[in-house]
Amino acid sequence: MSNTYRDSYGAGLENEEEFVDILEERRRSSDLGHALRTFSPHPYKGAESCSNADLNKAVLESQYLRYMAKEIAAETGSSVEEVREEACGILEEMSQNLQLKCIRLMGFTMTKVLKRLYSSIFVNMEGLNMLQQSIQEHPVILMPNHRSYMDFLIISYIMFTYDIPMPFIAAGIPLAGMKLVGEVLRRSGAFFIRRAIGSDKLYWAVLSEYVRTIVKTGIAPLEFYVEGLRSRTLKSVMPKLGMMHMVMEPFFKGEVYDITLIPISISYDRVLEESLLAHELLGIPKPKESTTALLKASKVLQEDYGSMHVNFGRPMSVRHLCEGKINRCQYNLVPRDLPQKPSAEVQACVSWLAHLMVRVQEEGSMMGPWALMACLLLQAPTRVLTEEGLPWQELTDKTLWLRKLALDFGARLNWPSGQGQAPDADVMSSTVALHGSVVNRKAGRVFLVQEEEPTRNRPISPEEKMISTAAAVLMLASYRNMSLHIFVRPALLAMALHIKKTTQKDELLAFFCFLWDVFSNEFIFIPGNSSQDFEEACFLLKKCGAVHVSEQEVTVSVAGLEVLSFLQALLQPFIDSYQVIFRYLCENEVHVYAEKQFLTAVRNLATELILSGELHTYEALSSDTQKNVLSALQRLDSLTKSRASEQNEYTVNKAAVRRIDDILSGKIPPQMLHTTPEAKL
Amino acid sequence: MASNSSGGSDRQRVAQQRLRIITGHLQGRENGDSTIIAAECKAEGSQTDVSREEGKTVPRRRQEIMKWNGWGYSDTKFIFNNKGQAEFTGKRYRLSGMIIPALKEWFEGTFGASMQHKSPAAPVLNSGAVQPPTLNEAFLEELKSTGVLFSHDAEDRVYRAHGHCLHEIFALREGKVGRVPDMVVWPNCHDDVVKIVELACKHDVCLIPYGGGTSVSSGLECPPEETRCIVSVDTSQMNRILWIDEKNLTAHVEAGIVGQDLERLLNESGYCTGHEPDSMEFSSLGGWVATRASGMKKNIYGNIEDLVVHVKMVTPQGVIEKSCRGPRMSTGPDIHHFIMGSEGTLGVVTEVTMKIRPVPEYQKYGSVVFPNFEQGVACLREVAKQRCAPASIRLMDNEQFKFGHALKPQVSSMFTSFLDGLKKFYITKFKGFDTDRLCVATLLFEGGREKVLQHEKQVYDIAAKFGGLAAGEDNGQRGYMLTFVIAYLRDLGMEYYVIGESFETSVPWDRVLDICRNVKARIIGECKSKGVQFQPLSTCRVTQTYDTGACVYFYFAFNYRGLSDPVHVYEQVERAAREEILANGGSLSHHHGVGKLRKEWMRETVSNVGMGMLQSVKDYVDPKNIFGNRNLL
Repeated sequence: MSNTYRDSYGAGLENEEEFVDILEERRRSSDLGHALRTFSPHPYKGAESCSNADLNKAVLESQYLRYMAKEIAAETGSSVEEVREEACGILEEMSQNLQLKCIRLMGFTMTKVLKRLYSSIFVNMEGLNMLQQSIQEHPVILMPNHRSYMDFLIISYIMFTYDIPMPFIAAGIPLAGMKLVGEVLRRSGAFFIRRAIGSDKLYWAVLSEYVRTIVKTGIAPLEFYVEGLRSRTLKSVMPKLGMMHMVMEPFFKGEVYDITLIPISISYDRVLEESLLAHELLGIPKPKESTTALLKASKVLQEDYGSMHVNFGRPMSVRHLCEGKINRCQYNLVPRDLPQKPSAEVQACVSWLAHLMVRVQEEGSMMGPWALMACLLLQAPTRVLTEEGLPWQELTDKTLWLRKLALDFGARLNWPSGQGQAPDADVMSSTVALHGSVVNRKAGRVFLVQEEEPTRNRPISPEEKMISTAAAVLMLASYRNMSLHIFVRPALLAMALHIKKTTQKDELLAFFCFLWDVFSNEFIFIPGNSSQDFEEACFLLKKCGAVHVSEQEVTVSVAGLEVLSFLQALLQPFIDSYQVIFRYLCENEVHVYAEKQFLTAVRNLATELILSGELHTYEALSSDTQKNVLSALQRLDSLTKSRASEQNEYTVNKAAVRRIDDILSGKIPPQMLHTTPEAKL
Repeated sequence: MASNSSGGSDRQRVAQQRLRIITGHLQGRENGDSTIIAAECKAEGSQTDVSREEGKTVPRRRQEIMKWNGWGYSDTKFIFNNKGQAEFTGKRYRLSGMIIPALKEWFEGTFGASMQHKSPAAPVLNSGAVQPPTLNEAFLEELKSTGVLFSHDAEDRVYRAHGHCLHEIFALREGKVGRVPDMVVWPNCHDDVVKIVELACKHDVCLIPYGGGTSVSSGLECPPEETRCIVSVDTSQMNRILWIDEKNLTAHVEAGIVGQDLERLLNESGYCTGHEPDSMEFSSLGGWVATRASGMKKNIYGNIEDLVVHVKMVTPQGVIEKSCRGPRMSTGPDIHHFIMGSEGTLGVVTEVTMKIRPVPEYQKYGSVVFPNFEQGVACLREVAKQRCAPASIRLMDNEQFKFGHALKPQVSSMFTSFLDGLKKFYITKFKGFDTDRLCVATLLFEGGREKVLQHEKQVYDIAAKFGGLAAGEDNGQRGYMLTFVIAYLRDLGMEYYVIGESFETSVPWDRVLDICRNVKARIIGECKSKGVQFQPLSTCRVTQTYDTGACVYFYFAFNYRGLSDPVHVYEQVERAAREEILANGGSLSHHHGVGKLRKEWMRETVSNVGMGMLQSVKDYVDPKNIFGNRNLL
């Protein structure tokens, strides 16, 4: 049951596949030799050789862009020529300019950097071989998860090393603005997409035609992040559908026979940007992507980041995936070159597929001991971590217990076989040592590391102290998040058991679905899959002996209490954070909030509650959580977003929010959230 | 010629004309190859035994000249002779009696077939396997009084129980016979048909019209659930040209005439219809009307709907026909369009008035080699855009090009083979064409000599813009000849565990390349997933061009060794291929029709209302479902 997606979609590979450390050879042989190696990949057999200039020309001269230029010219009153010139400018800003020379230079630099940062980079050879095969058969889309800037070129680096055609990579436009780096990336195959394209019709037109042309002609594999952006929390992000739709369209319209999706899971022992991310979540803005900032950050190069795993998933056929989901005849009656609003069926299919890809990426990701330890550390009261310290023995015992549970739930564990007499203890010791930026171990106890700012003379205020603690807690939370996908479904069931205090399966299912619904911006679930997820949760809890499941009932076994309380505690911070925000929205006099005003107010309230001891989780301070709550409430029709002047405004339906809060506290039974008519007011 | 035309002067004129034509032929022969006419590609029919009934191909007892479990004439087939060489037997075709040296290697190489693994057919039809007829005695009694010929002989009935779908022929080869007509009747004229239909209505007998038996849509299959007596109405003896109207250039013809007879008889008067479907040796005029047939030379002469001026059809409600022969009418929906494509569900087409044209002065074949299929399609599209398509233009993909090559007969002279080698060298080495990508278009020009040459130049000029190289008349002519012998090849394949079939569609120009690639890939993919052990042959060609699109033909065959139910696998793959066609914007059929094979997709093809319209016509015309072949709806 837990292997549903692996089995039916072939996400991960069942057997312990062979991971090879690609740095090992680099350490033994010449970096220059590697950079200058003969590069002769086998490209897609249907591809016509086509230069970058040809590609751009094909895009500009496409029937679609001609049509759009005419339409936009008519709408804006400018001449078709002007619009086409503008389109040309957009394309120039966007397009990649892949050059082998640059790849070699990039390869050389990357080798140097990677060797310094990482002890090893593990790549599964079987996945790579399958990729090599697939690339010759159909246009290929590489879909990595996105946790670090490091993701950006690592795939290209591996492809270069193993003689696989270099991908074109969709990147955010800020990268293009970086001096030199932008150009290097462009020549390494990156193409740049503006953020917040909104309703810029011409931009959409150029972008979508550019992407479609790459897919249709198959001139290079296309790499993009289905999550749209780098996850600030190391948790999966709700997938974006625009790019996914552009990529799929050539298949829907019969312009290619099939498209192969390659899910790629990149997992890090330690993420370069960890502290940056935590500060960003606390509302301390992220530094603008600039070359100087990059150079300043070069001090990160002095630290050890453990190992990286790049897991190439089994190739997935879009044709196979879409079987029975799409009636391609819908494109028969209108010329395929003309813009056509995607039907509800197409939208649903694209969304389903995008979510599925995220799930497959999750299942392919490798989880180290640190993710497990982070789960456990977070369950200790923060005061203990900052002041008394958690006994080392207690932590290690519990970690070993959790390892077993994670394995029961089907996790892919990266648990190195340590040396010495107590190998597991060694592994955990070195793990904690690697994460010295978050925790340290003193006298048999583990403490949370707090930022020291020695230059400061005046005494630290409680708020400032709290921010410092919060940064450490959020870093810890991010590492915990790397394991959430393993536990989240059983945890939702554990939470349902805890809140509803019932054994009736149908009641539990209803509450499970409610939680599933409320938290589906927080955790990524496949749309419409709540019942299957419930079944999966039952199966997993039964498998580890925590519950008995019959036709009508789910009963907790005595031995299961430890598991259930762990799982419930795992989710508690999310529940608490959501409730704080719900209550803020309900109890405040105001009905309409500007986004910034809302975020500040919630942060202040949470700070207050934490200091007074009423709120036990620092995660309510995370802007990510706060934004997720807003999205969730919008989805549940309890909040309406409007755009007033410069920023977003939200209008709250207090009754609806209160009802959600009441259900969440178990005061009233769950109901269909989407169909309540008054919620729409 | 059996003609009802009256008056001695008429007769004289006809005789004179005939003389003129024959003289023309003789002169043509002297001139050598320059006046090859299309008719030479197909079989000589039964011209040799004209004594029987002035040049009519199809006897009442089909078994006298035709196979019971394969395509075409009994005396004609491909075999591997005792030297292991492929040979085409008989005397009817240009290829007859020739050795085809490269076929064996191609056959073994393409399919992984082997001479050691044979899958021979049951040698003779076992009458015991045929269910005894369910006769409607009252009908039979009254029928006898009309004098219409009939039979309930097992062989006669089996011959009329099938078309040429793979599953039909495969079953026959295994000696399996399903539901067959209980009786065969041979009306001799329109009035006979009127009587038969009246009696059928009176006695509730199911009628299935039968023309040339070349259906590939399961259209002739008897519905197994039919409990009434099924009577096959074989129109083959209604095969006269009743009159020729030279002032208006029309001919009035009985619907049972087969294509080759119609053309030959008209040729004798200096005329032709120009309607040449690939099946024209055996398919009948009535069948063309009932299935909306299309001919190879439609660019000049039009498809059947363009050729028909007047039709008479006998239905259970009586005879339907128009009152005049006006060239076009605005009198509501054209009732001819209820008849054309009705596939035997409404009645029997008995007589047709068709357009005729003078036999063209000059014909010329041609061919063009393109570096790849994409360029070839682009060229055809341009030709269609400029509306300068020759009588026929067909583009074969690379696999078919190779197949065509494998079918080259042994050349007698060293010189020819030297020339072939030189040509190949020029195209592949000098022009840099990749033999695994190039493809060939075959052309047929027709008309006045001057015009043909002019036209030819125009087309070759366009082809040159798309990288096409003229590749000679021979290649072109061989391409068209293959049309007629390819059906025999399937029988050869079936002797060696290879089964296959062709199917067609029509599609807008911008989708031609996509549909060709996707359908071919789908066929290969489905074969693999259905457990076919050998790489299938999956190939296509563009056979007709229109202003807005093209007709595409797919050929598909595979070696079925190792499969327990090859026909089922075959049908699954064909079904998948059809779904792929529809998903890629192709039509359900360009000219094969729907029959029972493609019925399941009719509703989505014509919409609910469309189905309702067709159904209400059926309900009015044939409320008792006398014409119960259950095609189409």
